[in-house]
Amino acid sequence: MSEITKQSLTELVENIKNKKLSSTDVTKAFIDRSEKSEELNAYITNDFTSALEKAKKFDQKPNLDSKLPGIPIAVKDLFCTKDIKTTAGSKILNNFVPTYESTVTENIWNEGAILLGKLNCDEFAMGSSNETSFFGNVQSPIDRNLVPGGSSGGSASAVAGQLTPVTIGTDTGGSIRQPASFTGIVGLKPTYGSCSRYGIVAFASSLDQAGPMAQNVKDCALLHEVISSYDPKDSTSIDFNRNHYSKELTNNIKGKKIGIPKEYRVDGMPKEIEDLWQKGIQYVKDCGAETIDISLPNTSYALPTYYIVAPAEASSNLARYDGVKYGFRAKGENLIDMYEKTRSEGFGAEVQRRIMIGTYVLSSGYYDAYYLKAQKVRKLIKNDFDEAYKKVDAILTPSTPSSAFKIGEKTNDPVSMYLNDIFTVPVNLAGLPGISIPAGHDSKGYPLGLQIIGKAFDEQNILNIAYAMEEKINFKNKITDWWIK
Amino acid sequence: MSKKDSEYLINRKDNQYEVVIGLEVHAQVLSESKLFSTSATKFGAEPNTQVSLVDAAFPGMLPVINEFCVKQAIKTGIGLNAKINKRSVFDRKNYFYADLPQGYQISQFKDPIVGEGKVILDMPNGQKEVGIERLHLEQDAGKSIHDLDPQNTFVDLNRSGVALMEIVSKPDLRSPDEVNAYIKKLRSIMRYLGTCDGNMQEGSLRADVNVSVRPKGSKEFGTRCEIKNVNSIKFMQMAIEYEANRQVDLIEEGKTIDQETRLFDTKKNETRSMRSKEDAHDYRYFPDPDLLPLEVSEKFIEELKNDIPELPDDKKKRFIEEFKLSPYEANILVSDIDTAKFFEEVVAKMGKNKDIKLAVNWITGELFAVLNSKGLEISQSPVSAKNFAILINLIKNGTISGKIAKTVFELMIDGDKDPQKIVEEKGLKQQSDPKALEALIDKIINDNREKAIEYKQGKEKLFGFFVGQAMKASGGKANPQLINEILKKKL
Repeated sequence: MSEITKQSLTELVENIKNKKLSSTDVTKAFIDRSEKSEELNAYITNDFTSALEKAKKFDQKPNLDSKLPGIPIAVKDLFCTKDIKTTAGSKILNNFVPTYESTVTENIWNEGAILLGKLNCDEFAMGSSNETSFFGNVQSPIDRNLVPGGSSGGSASAVAGQLTPVTIGTDTGGSIRQPASFTGIVGLKPTYGSCSRYGIVAFASSLDQAGPMAQNVKDCALLHEVISSYDPKDSTSIDFNRNHYSKELTNNIKGKKIGIPKEYRVDGMPKEIEDLWQKGIQYVKDCGAETIDISLPNTSYALPTYYIVAPAEASSNLARYDGVKYGFRAKGENLIDMYEKTRSEGFGAEVQRRIMIGTYVLSSGYYDAYYLKAQKVRKLIKNDFDEAYKKVDAILTPSTPSSAFKIGEKTNDPVSMYLNDIFTVPVNLAGLPGISIPAGHDSKGYPLGLQIIGKAFDEQNILNIAYAMEEKINFKNKITDWWIK
Repeated sequence: MSKKDSEYLINRKDNQYEVVIGLEVHAQVLSESKLFSTSATKFGAEPNTQVSLVDAAFPGMLPVINEFCVKQAIKTGIGLNAKINKRSVFDRKNYFYADLPQGYQISQFKDPIVGEGKVILDMPNGQKEVGIERLHLEQDAGKSIHDLDPQNTFVDLNRSGVALMEIVSKPDLRSPDEVNAYIKKLRSIMRYLGTCDGNMQEGSLRADVNVSVRPKGSKEFGTRCEIKNVNSIKFMQMAIEYEANRQVDLIEEGKTIDQETRLFDTKKNETRSMRSKEDAHDYRYFPDPDLLPLEVSEKFIEELKNDIPELPDDKKKRFIEEFKLSPYEANILVSDIDTAKFFEEVVAKMGKNKDIKLAVNWITGELFAVLNSKGLEISQSPVSAKNFAILINLIKNGTISGKIAKTVFELMIDGDKDPQKIVEEKGLKQQSDPKALEALIDKIINDNREKAIEYKQGKEKLFGFFVGQAMKASGGKANPQLINEILKKKL
């Protein structure tokens, strides 16, 4: 049996069920490694002591029928966890301890898993490099001073660095898939309405979705099966027939039609990304699927549309952080002064930038030109996909237009940072599921990912395609443990 | 009074001005729980005891529409003869305030749940139709309390998230009296429907009042001012009167009226500028992404329609036709649902041989007087409809006279006693035995011979004297009709 922290979730579950490992063994191993990994700065809050207690309790009376028996899992600090500080990576929530649990994490604990701690992320999930967190940037286990991507950077780093067997992130414009791609792991953004948003600190409500991040496709399918549920507490949650994603997982994708959208061949895209994409096309063909050239004509409008819709919703969603009820409060001369100081000191620069953009695009006189137009374009983007899906079962694209960059490299150039999301945001705007799988390395040895986009509620299909491709790609993540002294 | 004379006009020198009024009424939906959460909505609870995580806008909390409130809004729409929109959208109205935890109010902006409708007012000079522009659902805010501490403001979130219906009228109202009638009619309709208790003291019904003036005969509207949050009909009327006169004075002085939001100072009886149009909030309305558009089916609406009780206008019509009441009487009885209920119960309990006119007179006379003096609603009437009906029947069948009935009624008030028993116990039954009465009258005529002669000689006024004497002698119990008959015969 290999080292505990190197085992996949599926292996760990099997070993616990077969009583080859106890929950305590597994929990201890991940705690030990997490403690040695402080330099990654993946955690904002750890819950190690209580995790170990829970593991011992589990071992005394193990419920081996559950799907995640005694498995320790760290989660993004955007999920509210009962009695555990939840910050959303922001100073404004630095002292916030929820009295309630998000539905998605509740689902995980209900299957026997144990909370390890809360993982770092960009402030309010706004960022593509995990550099906007009030709790400092996260190091990528791939290389020193490399960003893990964002906003689920702590989550990506923790899975790739083996500090947690799997994790959950949230994805508003690529926040699961881009960091998964940067760190050589698998990340699924489910169909909008598949996972409940109840108890997740909101960024942009019409785009936010929680999703699994894992070492491999099978683990990803299992975790997705656990977190996806219909929740009456979220009015946008959808009651549809959910698969047993891990059980129904198959690598037989013969005859599947995979669309290759020409508009994703963007200007200035590095050759190695184009090469990766071509390799991906070859892989799916090798699996017996057929590729078809398709067109998603409005793709180029996706990014500007996203950067209107998401900030607009965020500007309103973040209005509740005003120093009145909970969280950080600055002293002020009067109510307005208190608001201004609280929000100026409590929010970081990127969050303030997006609140201002969002406020602007919703202002009277600008609403029609920006927000309303963006909503119309969003519809067109969705129509593009609907049209394409008349011909194909799924769509294959690169996950990102480049590999991971160095910390600080793009902090002063927000537009170049936003361009990172160019392949991922259309999926959020259309509410579709998308999965990023590691597919190769660039010349520096950094991981590169491919994205498979599915029809709404067709997670099983893209998981199957990813599963089949994974076998052909046979990707090996190069983790050197550089941060462990 | 001719129709023209009843117009409400403001006169200055040679000029006459007409006042144009539109109301935005905020009616609290009668519902056990809030619009988007399950918190209770009881009035007067300890501060911050009816607050959920959703109402206090905790991170990650999401609104879930309360179906009952939607039904209430649709029912109200039906009561206002309005178009029910099968698809409506909840928007966020963004602004910062300490008692607005989300930093936005969930409301309906472009696509309200109820569209155009109308209500009919019964004015002294005839009926008047007032157009309804729309009705939409929205959340109430919390309450800021500024007078508990010299340094701090306290916030009570009990109201936060409570469902309100904003009912917007067209600018069809022309006088404070019409505003009075309009508010009362709205309240009456909603109380019939059980969609709003209409309690203005508890803030269940408030209004923003839009006022403008224009020269009489002009077709164009003047510049309007909005008077915010007025919470009694009397204050609305006072505010309109003050505001209309203020605007007329400005015009007479050759000045222009600024479109602005004003507030009514109830102590000084004046309106004051709150903010100008330039300072108006930019609420940045946009569809709430946490809520899907609200879609209701034809069937859903039809089922609610079938559930609508008889409303005041229909009830009035029926009362006039079925009970032969005058429009005036019918109006009094239907304007409050509990009065109408009491009346109909009395009618039902009176049985076959009933005198409805008599019942109406007694309800609007004796019963109203007692309720008034005791400060009670008819629903708290100390006399039940059943006993009230018995009393009316006792008068009708001649068991007691109207005069004795008043005595009986006084005795009934204390503990809702059965009038039949009171009459028996106190021996108040009317004397209708002709022989006994004849003997009694013979004695009176004997005792007053001179007056009897005077009467026979033509002094007919004296008839009343003999009736009075006979009644007195019987202790008020003699059947007045019989007394009359016997006296006529004997004199």
